[in-house]
Amino acid sequence: MKKIMILLFVSLFSFSVNSNAKSITLGWAAWDPANALQELTKEFTAETGIEVNFEFVPWPNFADRMLNELNNKGKTFDLLIGDSQWIGAGAVYGHYVKLNDFFDKEGISMSDFSPATVYAYSTWPKGSKNYYALPAMGDALAWAYRKDWFDRPELKSEFKKKHGYDLGVPANWNQLHDMCKFFQGREIDGQKRYGAAINTERGSEGITMGVTAAMYAWGMEYENPNKPYDMEGYFNSPQAVEAVEFYRKLYEDCAPPGHSDAYMVANLDAYKSGQVAFQMNWYAFWPGVSKEDSDGRVSGFFANPKQNVAAATLGGQGISVVKYSDKQDLALEYIKWFARPDVQQKWWDLGGYSCHNDVLNSPSFPTSTVYAQGFLDSMGIVKDFWQEPTFVELMLPMQEAIHDYVVNGKGTAKGALDKIIEEWVEVFEADGKL
Amino acid sequence: MSVKKKFKGLSDKAVGWLFIGPTVLLLLAINIYPLVYAIKMSFTNFYANKIGREPQFVGLKNYIKVLNKEAIWEKMQVTASFMFWTLLLQAIIGLGLALLLNRKFKGNELLTTLIVLPMMLSPAVVGVFWTYLYNPQVGLFNYVVNFFYDLGSFDMIGSSTLAPWAIVIVDTWMWTPFTMLICLAGLRSVPNYLYEAAEVDRASKWQQFIYITLPSVLPFLLLALLFRGIENFKMFDMVVELTSGGPGSATELASINLKREAFEKWKTGYSSAFAVILFVTIFGFGNVYVKVMNKIKER
Repeated sequence: MKKIMILLFVSLFSFSVNSNAKSITLGWAAWDPANALQELTKEFTAETGIEVNFEFVPWPNFADRMLNELNNKGKTFDLLIGDSQWIGAGAVYGHYVKLNDFFDKEGISMSDFSPATVYAYSTWPKGSKNYYALPAMGDALAWAYRKDWFDRPELKSEFKKKHGYDLGVPANWNQLHDMCKFFQGREIDGQKRYGAAINTERGSEGITMGVTAAMYAWGMEYENPNKPYDMEGYFNSPQAVEAVEFYRKLYEDCAPPGHSDAYMVANLDAYKSGQVAFQMNWYAFWPGVSKEDSDGRVSGFFANPKQNVAAATLGGQGISVVKYSDKQDLALEYIKWFARPDVQQKWWDLGGYSCHNDVLNSPSFPTSTVYAQGFLDSMGIVKDFWQEPTFVELMLPMQEAIHDYVVNGKGTAKGALDKIIEEWVEVFEADGKL
Repeated sequence: MSVKKKFKGLSDKAVGWLFIGPTVLLLLAINIYPLVYAIKMSFTNFYANKIGREPQFVGLKNYIKVLNKEAIWEKMQVTASFMFWTLLLQAIIGLGLALLLNRKFKGNELLTTLIVLPMMLSPAVVGVFWTYLYNPQVGLFNYVVNFFYDLGSFDMIGSSTLAPWAIVIVDTWMWTPFTMLICLAGLRSVPNYLYEAAEVDRASKWQQFIYITLPSVLPFLLLALLFRGIENFKMFDMVVELTSGGPGSATELASINLKREAFEKWKTGYSSAFAVILFVTIFGFGNVYVKVMNKIKER
C-alpha cells in the first residue's frame, strides 16, 4: 500500500511539474518548411527551456482552420505563421498583436529585412509603419524544369529546328508555351510525357495564384493607383484579358490529362512521377525537389518569366503573436530569438527562406543553392493578391470565374474578369470602402 | 428516501416528461435555438468575422438578394438535376437489385453484404478515392469504359459536361444499396398467398409484378426516396472532395455555395437568409411528398 501511495505521489508530482513547464503552440501549414522550422526550434527550447508545440494543418484546410480559430478568439495558438493575405484581417479585426513597441524595446529593426517582405508580410495598412508580423518565410511562385531532358542533344536540336532558338530557361511566356507544347504527348524513355503542371485548383486559392503569375507578367494592376478600388480598365485591361486567355491556352495545350483541380501537391506529384517537363510551384518546395533528384532526374529552377514586365506572384508568410493567447510573453520571446541573424542563417541552411538582409545580401547566398538566385530575383518583383480584411470574399469569386473560364472553357476571359469586378465592387461596398 | 418512493407521487405524464425532458432540452439547444437565431440573423447585415461591428436590421433585403441572384438559381438547378438523376437511378437500380435478392439462390447473403458495403463508407473517403478512379491516366473508370468502347482519354472531373454525371454516378454507387434494402424489406412483407392466388387466377409474372409487387413495395420505395432526397438536397462532403464544386461551378450544389457564403465569405446575415430559403424549400417539398405518399398508401 505504501509503495502504491509513493507511486501515486510521484506521478501526481511529475504531472504538476509537466503542466507548469513553459510551452507555447505554433500553427502553420503542413509542408516541408514547417519540418525545417521544427528542427530549428529545438535550439530555441535548448536555450530558453520553452517547449514549442506545433500544429501543422494541410494546405487545403489551412485558411479555414486558422481563420475560424481567430474569428472564434481561440487560444489554441500563441504564434501563427499566417498567409500574407491575412495581415489585413489580423490587424483590423484585432487578431494579431501589434509589434511596434516590442520591436523598439528589443532593438529589432524592420530595415534589417528585405523591404518587399516587410511590406507584404508585416504591415497594415500596406506600406505603413504598423507591424503585425515578423517576415518569417519569403516565397514566390516559380518554375522547376527537367534539366536532364533539356540537355539531351536530340531534343535540343529538334526544338531549335522547330522554333529557331535554344531549348532552355524560357525568356518569356511565349517561349514557355513553346517548350511546354514541345513536350506535350512526347515519348521519352518509353513513357508518355506532358508539358507543364500548372495551378488549376478550384477550392481554395490555387488557380488564382497561377493565373495571376501570368496576369502580373502582362502588367495587370488591381486598381487605379490614383483612385483606390477603381478596378475598371485595370483588372480587366486588354493585357489582363490576354494573360488569362494565355493561361487557358497553356492549360489546354500543355497540362497533363486530369490536371483540372491541381495545386501544390498535385503539381509536385506530376513532376516527381516524371509526367511533366515543367511545374509551377512555390520556392518552399524547391529544397525538397532538388534533394530528391534521382534516377537521372536533374531539376533546374527559374523565376516567373516576364512578358510585358517582370513580376511574380507572392507567397510566404509572417509570424504573428495571437491576441487571444495567454502566453504572449513567451511567444514574443520566440520572435525575438527568431529575428536574430544567426538564427536566420540557420533557417536558410535548413531549407527555410529567410527574409533577413544579412542572409540575403551575403556574397555566398546566390550560389548557396541552385534556386537561390531565382529566389533573390523573384523577391524583387513580387506582387500579391488583395490583402484586405475581406480577402477571402475577394478570392472566392475569382476562383470560380477563372476556373469556369480556364478549365471549364465557359465564356470569355473578359467576361470572367468583368464578373469578378462586379463581385469585388459588392464586397468593397459592403465593407464601406466604396 | 428510495427512488421508488421519490417517484411514487408523480403522474404518468410527469414521469414521461422526466424521460423525454433531456432530449427536448438538447433538441431546443442544438436545433431549435440555432434555427430561431438563424432566422433572426437573416434579417440583419451580420458578418460573423467582423468583430465589434453590430448587426443592423435590414428587413427582407437578404431574401430579395438571394432570390434575385442569378448564381443562386444556377446552384439550385445543379442541385435539382443532381437530385433528379440520383433518385431516378437509385429507384430503378435499387428496386431491381431488391427483386434479384428477394429470390432464393446460393450466395444470396454474401452478395447482399457486398452490395451494401459502399453505403457503410464515409462520403468524404468515397469522394477522395473516386477522384483516383476517375483519373484519366491511371484511373480504373476510364480503363473500364475504354475496354467496352474506345473513347480515348476523357476527364470526368475536369469537363463541365461530364462532372455532373461523375457525382451522380458516385452517389448512385454509394446509396443504391440503401434503396435496395428498404425495397427488400417491402418485398419480404408481401404475403405469399397473394402470389398463390394470382397463380391460381393464371396471372402472368408481369401482371403479378404490376398488380401485387409494385403496389406493395411502392410505399417503401417512396420512403427510401424521401430519405435520399433530403440527404441529397444537403449533399456536401462527397462532392467537395470529388470536384470542389467545379469545374467552374458545374457541380457547385446549393449546400456547397451556402458553406462558402457562410464560413468562407462570412456573410452571416445573407447566408442565414439563404439557409432559411433552403429549409423552407425542403420542408415544403417534404410535406407535399409525405401527403402524396400517404394517399398512395391509402389506396
